[in-house]
Amino acid sequence: MRISENIAIQPGKRPGRRWRWSGLLEDRTVMGMAFVAPAVGLLLLFLAYPLILGIWLGFTDTVVGGTGEFIGLANYISLLNDALFWKVTYYTFLYTGAAVFFKLLLGFALAIVLNREFRAKGFVRAIVLLPWIIPTVLSAICFWWLYDTTFSGITWVLMKIGLIGHKIDYLGDPTNARIALIVANVWRGIPFFTIGLLAGLQTINPSLYEAASIDGAGGWHRFRHVTLPLISPLLAVVTTFSTIWTFADFQLIWVITRGGPANATHLYGTLSFQRAIPGGQFGEGAAISAFILPVLMISVWVCYKYMRREE
Amino acid sequence: MAKVVMEKLNKHFGEVKAVRDFDLEIPDKEFVVLVGPSGCGKTTTLRMVAGLEDITSGNIYIDDKVVNQLPPKDRDIAMVFQNYALYPHMTVYQNMAFGLTLRKFPKAEIKQRVKEAAEILNIGELLERKPKALSGGQRQRVAVGRAIVRKPKVFLFDEPLSNLDAKLRVQMRVELKKLHDRLQTTIIYVTHDQVEAMTMGDCIVVMKDGLKQQVGAPLELYFRPANKFVAGFIGSPAMNFMEGELLSEQGGLFLQTMGFKLKIPEDKAAKLKSYPEKRVIFGIRPEDLPEAPAAIPNETIEVVVEVLEPLGSEVYLDVKVGETSLIARAEPTTKAKPHFKLYLQPVLENMRFFSIRDEKALF
Repeated sequence: MRISENIAIQPGKRPGRRWRWSGLLEDRTVMGMAFVAPAVGLLLLFLAYPLILGIWLGFTDTVVGGTGEFIGLANYISLLNDALFWKVTYYTFLYTGAAVFFKLLLGFALAIVLNREFRAKGFVRAIVLLPWIIPTVLSAICFWWLYDTTFSGITWVLMKIGLIGHKIDYLGDPTNARIALIVANVWRGIPFFTIGLLAGLQTINPSLYEAASIDGAGGWHRFRHVTLPLISPLLAVVTTFSTIWTFADFQLIWVITRGGPANATHLYGTLSFQRAIPGGQFGEGAAISAFILPVLMISVWVCYKYMRREE
Repeated sequence: MAKVVMEKLNKHFGEVKAVRDFDLEIPDKEFVVLVGPSGCGKTTTLRMVAGLEDITSGNIYIDDKVVNQLPPKDRDIAMVFQNYALYPHMTVYQNMAFGLTLRKFPKAEIKQRVKEAAEILNIGELLERKPKALSGGQRQRVAVGRAIVRKPKVFLFDEPLSNLDAKLRVQMRVELKKLHDRLQTTIIYVTHDQVEAMTMGDCIVVMKDGLKQQVGAPLELYFRPANKFVAGFIGSPAMNFMEGELLSEQGGLFLQTMGFKLKIPEDKAAKLKSYPEKRVIFGIRPEDLPEAPAAIPNETIEVVVEVLEPLGSEVYLDVKVGETSLIARAEPTTKAKPHFKLYLQPVLENMRFFSIRDEKALF
């Protein structure tokens, strides 16, 4: 009480004013919100706004250069009756499933190999990262060349060895094109699995393997009972990320096939782009990309559940 | 239950010779401790016995069978690691049962054995927990439990107590010794702690720089160290060492150092006769430096007290003779004070002499 009296009798000073400011600066809630605000602002502006706008566009008949009207689920209904859309859905899932499966398998195997002691380990590990570092468009162009019917290096090698007698039409045949794109995606995505899982493998205490081998575990049992259980939370995260990226892939497809031949290799991403930008149908394009959302949300949810269970 | 023999064992890591020409015969049921400073090759030796490290040359026998090429799982050994190496995703029960499960033991027997081990180690209530939920001491017990359920021929312990706090360490020391009494299995135990070695081992192997220094019972090492290293390593506080000169004068053999002159007893003088050099390393343990009431020529050392370390039952005096520091043990009733003069009367029968050239004990 004495203090407030003292303040009150000091002329020219407004009591409480300074106290209020410093109080705000001390307040954890206020300061916390102040610190978080810039990040939240950026996220809202650059992530939430486009996302919500995209979803809104899906319910309109907006075309390029024009304004659209709300048309409810009309875009979605017409898509569900569109045979091409179902074809694209099929390939999107096939592409994601096959590519993630092989990326996981090969990436994990490579990680296990690189986790061993050998000469020039650091150098080899750096090289493994290359496909991941090179801009996707560049590697896509390389693959485009490799898949060229006339100039394909793969064909040349196979013919030199004598395995094939005629040239292969990689990108002209729908099945070949589909496989070719999956191969390109696997090549590009392996390093992500390898480096991620390698980091995880290195955190496993080597004496666990020693204890296991004394306990009677051979190579397979050590993998099955030590490596796998300890790496599985990371495996879930890496797989989820890869699933998301693969499912929403665009660049590889667009550079190599543009969705062709005969729309055999469209993914949701490329079809959405084709309908929205060259085709001018913003509304329909937005509706297609909205189909990506549920799949992404489910994979995140599965991953989250899995990690919680591990804890 | 097995005899373990190591014969001319060598281990090189590139240029580094971690273990050199190591010979050792461990009788059945014996508790052997390998002790030495870090980098002396004790852990490497243990890991070679376990099969976790290749042998550069030499042989290891378990029960007269060469095991050099056998993988760890076929050597019938169990090991307790310094960091316990418990499988973090398994419960205590699963951790202990893992080895038996892999060896396809019947479920009932696994259960029986784990229960038995858990009872011995007092961890019956922890069986459903994961290692994360255990304290250091409990993890240690689980690691030991995992080893004993297998009923192996040999137990290997790699500094198992070094991650525990001091009090728990003393307690586990006793428990491991009791366990050995109960199981009657050969144990090879590695530690850098000479107190652990002294208190636990039937037999101690002191190592340094990959070489075996001395093998013997704890008190044998204490009273008859083979060289200056063993003398200094075994015992705490360590033995005092000083360089001195042997003087043959009227009335016998004397030891002259920078700060004092002592008459060497007749029997020791006789043994020193064959020593060719004049200079010698003289060693005496702190407990062999009692206080003397007054100076006696050629029998006492005049020192200046620097620091007192009272431990209750005894007091250690850090003293100085000229430039040399010594540690002496005194009774708790000592009147010694820092910076004051004091006379110490070495127990001459317990003096040790080491060769100045190779630091070997002279007798």
